[in-house]
Amino acid sequence: MLHINGAEVKLQLAPWTSLLDALREHLHLTGTKKGCDHGQCGACTVLVDGKRINSCLTLAVMQEGKEVTTIEGLAKDGELHPVQQAFIDHDAFQCGYCTPGQICSVIGLVNEGKAKTLDDIRDLMSGNVCRCGAYVNIVKVVQEALERSEAR
Amino acid sequence: MRPFTFTRVKDVATAVQEVTGQQNAKFIAGGTNLLDLMKIDVMTPQHLVDITHIALKTIEENKEGGLRLGALATNAATAYHALVETRYPLLSHAILAGATGQLRNMATDGGNLLQRTRCYYFYDTDTPCNKREPGSGCSAIKGYNRDLAILGTSEHCIATHPSDMAVALAALDAKVNVTGKDGDRVIPILEFHRLPGDKPHIDTNLKEDEIITSIDLPAKGFADHYTYIKLRDRASYAFALVSVAIGLEMEGNTVKEARIALGGVAHKPWRLPQAEALLQGKEATKANFTKVAEAYLEGAKGYGDNDFKIELARRAMVRALEQALSMEAAS
Repeated sequence: MLHINGAEVKLQLAPWTSLLDALREHLHLTGTKKGCDHGQCGACTVLVDGKRINSCLTLAVMQEGKEVTTIEGLAKDGELHPVQQAFIDHDAFQCGYCTPGQICSVIGLVNEGKAKTLDDIRDLMSGNVCRCGAYVNIVKVVQEALERSEAR
Repeated sequence: MRPFTFTRVKDVATAVQEVTGQQNAKFIAGGTNLLDLMKIDVMTPQHLVDITHIALKTIEENKEGGLRLGALATNAATAYHALVETRYPLLSHAILAGATGQLRNMATDGGNLLQRTRCYYFYDTDTPCNKREPGSGCSAIKGYNRDLAILGTSEHCIATHPSDMAVALAALDAKVNVTGKDGDRVIPILEFHRLPGDKPHIDTNLKEDEIITSIDLPAKGFADHYTYIKLRDRASYAFALVSVAIGLEMEGNTVKEARIALGGVAHKPWRLPQAEALLQGKEATKANFTKVAEAYLEGAKGYGDNDFKIELARRAMVRALEQALSMEAAS
């Protein structure tokens, strides 16, 4: 039994199924991307109990009972999550393949509350690779997200 | 990934039972290294025991006035723990110098110590590697070895231990608490990892049926004079070419106690208490720092591509000692 984006889903999975494969192949939630499948690129980043993790490096069976949030679970009542909106506003992507992972990573980073400087942002986002090189604008998204969380 | 059987345990005793006498059973916690290696057939356990439901996540003060880190505390929870940040900033910095936000949220403190080398040949199943396949030979010694060890190597293996956390733990004199079928024992951090010798396939002195339950930090945290310098090819998410963990206890400009541990240079965190003692009671000067650095690197041996690491390590140690002394921003 997995909790994905607020819903309970019952799945029968082989133990060697990664959370990423469970999401994509079994639940057809293909927003979460498979890049390297080795925890190096961050395209598969999802939130588990509010913390960002690489879904390719964990077994789905090990996530039972935890709250998994994917890119599909971020918009509420037809409104984009502010970080999703900020990616559009800041033109923070080109091909978009890394974007779902980037967005989940930004939300996780803000939850952690440890990024204070631009260098912190760059360091704490180093687990998400963008081959189009949209980093400059991704950093602007993170800055905006951090400002918004401070204002709250 | 190859098929395996999977079970979940809720306590240490059952965990130990599950692997005792099982040739190819492994514990899984964060899974960030194990699953990675299973995907490329470098590790092929047939039975995985999920230990993440055991109550070993807490970080609390121990009897010695230090801290006890539960083996299943994540690297992120440890690095960002208020008591670790204030009393053991060296450990906090070292952990944050490694991996990424995502990986640190998954990886556990026990698992961090047990991660395998990142030697390219260990990962490349098309090439011989004594660590992966005992007796097959070492491809690195005469191969591309820029990242590999300069100290404590053997003719069978020149792999390095990749952990940053372990380097800080070595400087802090941590103790690793483990439980096996014969009961509990304590392994000092410097005895936890081994040198490769003629058995490079064995990374640590943890027995097959033993589980790490916690890591104890002694009271002394060197929070006034510490640094962790990590030199690498990019500023974030790269393994160390050379890293240096320093803890100094000062009395005026005299060194009362010095702790120095190196990472990225050997099969284990490299610490030489007898060389550290050269600084004891001495003035904190560049000349004295250089003497210690030279003592640390006595017998260092390059293998071609990694020759530069000997000089790099020497300079990094002097710089790290100066930085720990002045407490100017580390990088």
